[in-house]
Amino acid sequence: MAELSAKKTRWNEWVLEKLFFFCAFVSVITTAAVIFILLEETLTFFETVPVLEFLTGTRWTPLLEPKHYGILPLVAGTMLIVMGAAIVALPIGVASAIFLSEYASHRARSIIKPILEILAGIPTVVYGYFALTFITPGLRVILPDTQIFNAASAAIVVGIMVLPMVASLCDDALRAVPASLRHGGYSLGATSFEVTTRIVVPAGLSGIFAAFVLAVSRAIGETMAVTLAAGATPNLTANPLESIQTMTAYIVQVSLGDTPSGSLTYQTLFAVASVLFVSTLMLNILGTWVMRRFREVYE
Amino acid sequence: MSDQTPILNAKDLSIFYGDNEAVKSISLPIFEKKITAIIGPSGCGKSTFLRSLNRMNDFIDGVSHHGEILYRDQDLYADSVDPVEARLRIGMVFQKANPFPKSIYRNIAWGPNINQLGGNLDLRVENALKQAALWDEVADRLDDSALNLSGGQQQRLCIARALAMEPEVILMDEPCSALDPISTLAIEDLIEELKAKYTIVIVTHNMQQAARVSDYTAFMENGVLVEFGETDQVFTRPKEKRTEEYVTGRFG
Repeated sequence: MAELSAKKTRWNEWVLEKLFFFCAFVSVITTAAVIFILLEETLTFFETVPVLEFLTGTRWTPLLEPKHYGILPLVAGTMLIVMGAAIVALPIGVASAIFLSEYASHRARSIIKPILEILAGIPTVVYGYFALTFITPGLRVILPDTQIFNAASAAIVVGIMVLPMVASLCDDALRAVPASLRHGGYSLGATSFEVTTRIVVPAGLSGIFAAFVLAVSRAIGETMAVTLAAGATPNLTANPLESIQTMTAYIVQVSLGDTPSGSLTYQTLFAVASVLFVSTLMLNILGTWVMRRFREVYE
Repeated sequence: MSDQTPILNAKDLSIFYGDNEAVKSISLPIFEKKITAIIGPSGCGKSTFLRSLNRMNDFIDGVSHHGEILYRDQDLYADSVDPVEARLRIGMVFQKANPFPKSIYRNIAWGPNINQLGGNLDLRVENALKQAALWDEVADRLDDSALNLSGGQQQRLCIARALAMEPEVILMDEPCSALDPISTLAIEDLIEELKAKYTIVIVTHNMQQAARVSDYTAFMENGVLVEFGETDQVFTRPKEKRTEEYVTGRFG
């Protein structure tokens, strides 16, 4: 028997491996760089404005005299959008998911799923325009006090934007419930409705919850539609018919202006972005944590 | 053979998956308070036939039926029959234990609850668990998740869940195929005891099991009912050559 030949160095393998590693590394580096810059500028900002004042102040007027740097109005504006969007997207999303996974025929599913995906693929600026030219006039017919720019219109359109994601993730969660559980229910004399509401939805609940969390996280970060439709008035209010400003919309506003780099106003961008980053990060972590837990349910 | 009237009676029943005929004009009576075993090689249509007895095939796309299944002289597939109510009277235990991801108690109480069977629910749960020979093992942890039980316990829980509905017939689709020999024996003992109150139809791969527990045996092959008779006769003096070959282990 011939001896095994000596180990060869396969250069093409080596080059490809390094190339793949580099590609993977780019995203890690980018994330690290973003976090670093955010942190650096935010810390500089806090040298001038105390953290407590920033987090608890009720007036946000960095572009006007007298200047105030309390982020609460922006947070309130964001919350209005998020809650409004949740009210629109969560019930409709869950109901669509129930229809898709439990009731729809193969044919109906094959039509509705792609339509949902198209809805998810529409550029957000189109949604913003849709809010401004269609939803707002509609709202003003029903509620004449509605301002031209208002939180409700933006919230509704953000709700429509995140709806496909909610529906699709909830559909996944419901379809992950094994058919054997449904059959167990049916064999005990249950109707489709009882099987759906008392077995499938409870069993998929953590997946549904994860979908909610990710939807909220997306609504917080949504920028274009709220910039167009909700206005640019930092406003500590709970009235959705008023003009407000979200954290993201503020960042757009200042970025588009002629704010000199290095100024305090410039640094507010990073402070606001840090708050945004931390909130969406926490929500995403919560969402994926819940998702992972729910995978273990049936084992 | 028995002269009593059957509680379920398949007459010239054929079942199709699309164009594929999985069960071919079977006529088979199921006698009350007896155990009927259906044996045969994999893919012979025995599970498909079993599921047709409480209309569980309704949930499989593309399944259609010809012929009829009489439940006390009423055609189960007649338009006027409510399949939900049929499943109330004809319960089922599946091949793989499928407890709900809920507590032991709520697994048993689920069926009686949604169907508002009334009576004392705690007592009903206790009775069902006792009948399924599971009570002693779980009495002190009814609020634990059913998913923490062992495989054999889960299957007995599923039997208890079916019993809590007080059905007339219980269909069992290879209930022991995923279990170890000890759990299998426990469930076979249980089936023997249940005969006093219930009619049982059990599909099994295991010929010893059929011989041990059943009163009647049906042997199916390629969708055809080859032989049906009292279990003793089918195993010791089969009329058909194919049956003899199968029960003596010469094929399958």
